[in-house]
Amino acid sequence: MSQHLVEKLKTKFGDRILETHSFRGDESVVVAPSDWHVVATFLRDDASCDMSMFTDITVVDYPNRDARFELVLNLYSLHKAHRLRLKTRLYDEVEFGDADPAHPTRVKTVTDLWAAANWFEREVFDMFGLRFDGHPDLRRILLYPEFEGHPLRKDYAADRTQPLVPYRPEAQDKLAPFRADEGMPFGRKDWAARDVAWSTDDIAHNEQHLAGAVVVDPAVKPS
Amino acid sequence: MGDVKSPSGQIVIDGNEQGFGTTKFDALLSWARKYSLFQYPFVTACCGMEYMSLNGPRFDGLARFGAEAPRFTPRQSDLLWVVGTISQRQAPVLKRVYEQMCRPNYVIAFGTCASSGGFYDNYATVPGIDKIIPVDVFIPGCPPRPEAVIDGLMLLMDKIASGDRTTPGVVKPYNDPVGQQLVQLGKRSPAEIGVGPQPRSTDVGPANTPAHALDRKESR
Amino acid sequence: MEPQDYDIDEADLELPTEAMRINMGPSHPATHGTVRMVIDVDGESIKHVDVQIGYLHRGFEKMCERGTWTQCFPYTDRLNYVSPMICNIGFAITVEKLAGIEVPERCQWYRTLLCELARISDHLTCNGAMAMELGAFTPFLWMIKARDHVWDLLEEETGARLTHSFARIGGMAKPPSPDVKARTEEVMLALDDILDECGKMLFKNRIFLDRLQGVGKITQAEALQLGWTGPPLRSTGIAYDVRRAHPYLKYAELDFDIPVGTDGDNYDRFMVRHEEMVQSIRIVRQCLQRMPDEGPINADAPGIVLPEKESVYTTIEGTIQHFKVIMEGAKIPAGEVYGYVEGGNGELGFFVVSDGSGTPYRVRVRPPCVFTLQGFPRMIRGHMIADIVPTFGSVNMIGGECDR
Repeated sequence: MSQHLVEKLKTKFGDRILETHSFRGDESVVVAPSDWHVVATFLRDDASCDMSMFTDITVVDYPNRDARFELVLNLYSLHKAHRLRLKTRLYDEVEFGDADPAHPTRVKTVTDLWAAANWFEREVFDMFGLRFDGHPDLRRILLYPEFEGHPLRKDYAADRTQPLVPYRPEAQDKLAPFRADEGMPFGRKDWAARDVAWSTDDIAHNEQHLAGAVVVDPAVKPS
Repeated sequence: MGDVKSPSGQIVIDGNEQGFGTTKFDALLSWARKYSLFQYPFVTACCGMEYMSLNGPRFDGLARFGAEAPRFTPRQSDLLWVVGTISQRQAPVLKRVYEQMCRPNYVIAFGTCASSGGFYDNYATVPGIDKIIPVDVFIPGCPPRPEAVIDGLMLLMDKIASGDRTTPGVVKPYNDPVGQQLVQLGKRSPAEIGVGPQPRSTDVGPANTPAHALDRKESR
Repeated sequence: MEPQDYDIDEADLELPTEAMRINMGPSHPATHGTVRMVIDVDGESIKHVDVQIGYLHRGFEKMCERGTWTQCFPYTDRLNYVSPMICNIGFAITVEKLAGIEVPERCQWYRTLLCELARISDHLTCNGAMAMELGAFTPFLWMIKARDHVWDLLEEETGARLTHSFARIGGMAKPPSPDVKARTEEVMLALDDILDECGKMLFKNRIFLDRLQGVGKITQAEALQLGWTGPPLRSTGIAYDVRRAHPYLKYAELDFDIPVGTDGDNYDRFMVRHEEMVQSIRIVRQCLQRMPDEGPINADAPGIVLPEKESVYTTIEGTIQHFKVIMEGAKIPAGEVYGYVEGGNGELGFFVVSDGSGTPYRVRVRPPCVFTLQGFPRMIRGHMIADIVPTFGSVNMIGGECDR
């Protein structure tokens, strides 16, 4: 549906458009992180693109890839009624540091183009740990400042809690909830799953759960 | 709930009527307390919508018990309604609000998320507010129907009247078909099933539920 | 005691002023939704508000990755919990777009009907709460009464008043009840009356008009920059409605108007929502006339849609198919797609990534009320603390959608 947009981008940027995809009527375009802001500016300012409305920015985590984070920006044009998805691939700052040009871990913020991006880039930082250069106020938005880690990463165990208020000792007779290997077997792609024996570790796990924190062994690499 | 003293306390009545006077006085005090609960609605999530319906004209679940007046300051309220999911970020706020309330105070955990964390078994949610503050009545449901909430409130009122602060009450369904089958098969005793409070009027039941007047102009 | 009142030259008097920082905390009676606002006030007028959300963050996106596709539906209910049917159907539409399934005619009409009922419920709650905060408690009670009638309908159809989990990928959980049309028509007649009465109560009321008109203004350009959609955007004059711009379900065939405001203030947002309710009633009536009484509700998509119960109990293929869809999840083909519907607050979008297994790889919600709430500091600058309450009410921040 927005095929002409993709053509326009290819005409303007040539090889800097690394990939294009068209699937079920959605067009998406992959660029390098260094071209992120330039392409986004073009999309907003060019009269035939006119992507005036910021729709969404988010990240999909593919830990099996080297560049594990795929940053996805959805844009919409109010007057032309076409949409585009702009994507780029970034590396993990924890693993590669932020000074390696071969492994870019940050992009320039698009807050200067669309004011709406402010909170959503904060959310990307909060959930995934990606930073944006030039963002006016990059701090956590959905979680509290004392929270360590970035929960939407695939290697963050979903039930690892970091309680702000220690749990009451009187509430200890409740059973611990299910572990990752209990209950329904599907869908539990626990990236940091440990292969443990049933009995003693289970008891220790329960005790840790009741104490309010499930500890994930950081030495285990995701499979 | 170790810091809550029993309502009877140390009340001395003249003469040799101490035992009788204390009991009667306690009964009077409990009666007054249970019918004049000042609520603090700590509303966070979807259960709040059912809370609004509860206060609405159809169910009127709180005004009929004298519990309608919301005091949005914990200093002046004695019933803390924890309505909705409490996230880890919200936990210190809840604890602080609870601590600011004067004793004796009561806490109702409205909804499954407040009772046990619900199906949000993850990094963000407190698995039940009784991990943080003591709870008097749990009302499970996602969200519980306003009738279940009225049950919960009446359960709390019974607890206030009896002075029992040690066991938290849980609102259970009127009919528990699975439990009743287990009793019939002999696998459980009725006490273990714990059927909920019986309907107080024989007129209430699914077959006799009144169709609510839609309040059309012609019908007035 | 020394005398305090010696002569002072007025010009030398410099009253030291600094902005006072007030906390309108996460638990506040007038903020419907748990949000913390740190307000810098100079006297009574507001200089800046730092809105802190996240007090209801429940990990929707993480939880969706831990089950099957169908197990996401209860989580979507609790996103915008005043119009949960729209969230359900939005997610279903998105996954169907990814899978390339089209649901039958009768299902589309049914979904349109349920979406509009949910929209009415959403606007009743928002407008009722706004009115209540201004002191108009009676219209709030009337609107809650109306909402209970709508919920009766939804309870009869879906089984639950509030958190229905009724949509499925490829159809709905159950077909419509036999008497849905008669019951819905009765409720629509009652709604007409109640909305009429609320209008008479509020629209010429001096207090209502003074409190809402001119407060919380925003310009079209600012609203667009902030990515607003839905009633807040339409209140500024831009007539963007996903139902009209990119029709889905049966909206292309239906006859309805898009109410649009002029000033972008609280009054316009209130009126846009009120008028949208009237239009939704119109849409519902058209659905009742045109919805077929017979026909399949679920698409023919083996491997995604559960087979008929009869075949599950009598044939081995049905049993196996049922087992696989439940235990392994619907096998949605790999790919990613962005699907969007018109929610109560604006464009509710789902960006969904599938890896071909029965579990979602990534489910992302585009929450419309976060955009509106981001513009809140701009709306409230220069107004008074008391204006925060109706302005916040007009944003219709629903905690489940905002914090996910």
